[in-house]
Amino acid sequence: MIAMSTRHILLGLLASGPSHGYDLKRRHDERFPQARPLAYGQVYTTLQRLVRDGLAEIDATESDGGPERTTYRATADGERELTEWAREIAPPAPFVTNEIFAKVVVAILSGGDPDAYLRAQRAAHMGRMRELTQVKTAKGADLATVLSADYALNHLDADLRWMTTTAARLTTLTAEVDTA
Amino acid sequence: MSTTVPLLAARDLVKAHGPTEALRGASLELRAGEILAVTGASGSGKSTLLHCLAGIVRPDAGSVSYAGEQLHTLSEKRLSELRRTDFGVVFQFGQLIPELTALDNVALPLMLAGAARKDAQVRGQEWLERFGVLGQEALRPGEMSGGQAQRTALARALVTDPKVVFADEPTGALDSLASEQVMTALTHTAGEQGTAVLLITHDAQVAAYADRELRLNDGVVAPQEVAA
Repeated sequence: MIAMSTRHILLGLLASGPSHGYDLKRRHDERFPQARPLAYGQVYTTLQRLVRDGLAEIDATESDGGPERTTYRATADGERELTEWAREIAPPAPFVTNEIFAKVVVAILSGGDPDAYLRAQRAAHMGRMRELTQVKTAKGADLATVLSADYALNHLDADLRWMTTTAARLTTLTAEVDTA
Repeated sequence: MSTTVPLLAARDLVKAHGPTEALRGASLELRAGEILAVTGASGSGKSTLLHCLAGIVRPDAGSVSYAGEQLHTLSEKRLSELRRTDFGVVFQFGQLIPELTALDNVALPLMLAGAARKDAQVRGQEWLERFGVLGQEALRPGEMSGGQAQRTALARALVTDPKVVFADEPTGALDSLASEQVMTALTHTAGEQGTAVLLITHDAQVAAYADRELRLNDGVVAPQEVAA
């Protein structure tokens, strides 16, 4: 699952022109197929906050006989904010490894079988990697799908390499945990 | 596609290179049409396992059976026939014949099996197209990119319609995009042909193209864990 700032993603989608809430949700879900689909309520709340903070403003309100639809556009401040965010380096933070590491240590502490846990975790990671590989190599997969699958595959692969090294170091780790 | 009777089965394989035991009782099964990845660290015995399974090397102990035949009981003549008709092999470096064009490299196995040069070239051309090596058929291996050469090597391994392709680190010398093209071409084509693939790799992203994974640790296959 890709965690992102909804506010910046919406500003990014507004960069190509004014849009209304439902359209933003639809474009988000298409553009980031591996991300959690946006709830409409979340889009609406985020748009309200962008307006409150002067980063977006109402472009027009249409009704066309049906329900009222408000289109929004980014302000100059919004465009500046988006440019700054896009330039900002993401923190090179560890991802899921922390939980796996904690489980390995707990397995050692509780006299469990950390090696078996790491094998089972590897099997789960490989299962997910197979699914992602099928998604990205399916005929007609679009580039957004391929790129987000690649992103997930590379992170899962990094976990796996860490798990392999950890499995090879279990004897030393067990000695350290036991004497600590 | 998969059946309950394995196409290829290894039981308790032992193989030493001098004082080093590369395999210490490795067992596995490959079903018809299945793509199986064997992964493990360097020195875990992966390549030795592939050599034993493909009948290139005889194990010191244990057995390999292929479609009901025990490889260790076969004559060299029968083994080389199997390797020509039923097995295809791809290595890390494609091992194409440098003096031949891509097309002649792919046509060669067909000609060795008795096909006329012209027919072999027509089929070779079809296979190069299937592997996306278009317009490169007149190039020699030294004039191709690593990815093109590997896809040519795959076309050569599959042109005789083998039952099993043994691929030993087929993407080991490639960058990730070329690797993706090679693996996509291999798995799609093997799927269409119903060819089983035994894929040796140290790369989990490559192993993820397979239907399942076996881990080799110090010459034995690690126990299988079912993910919770």
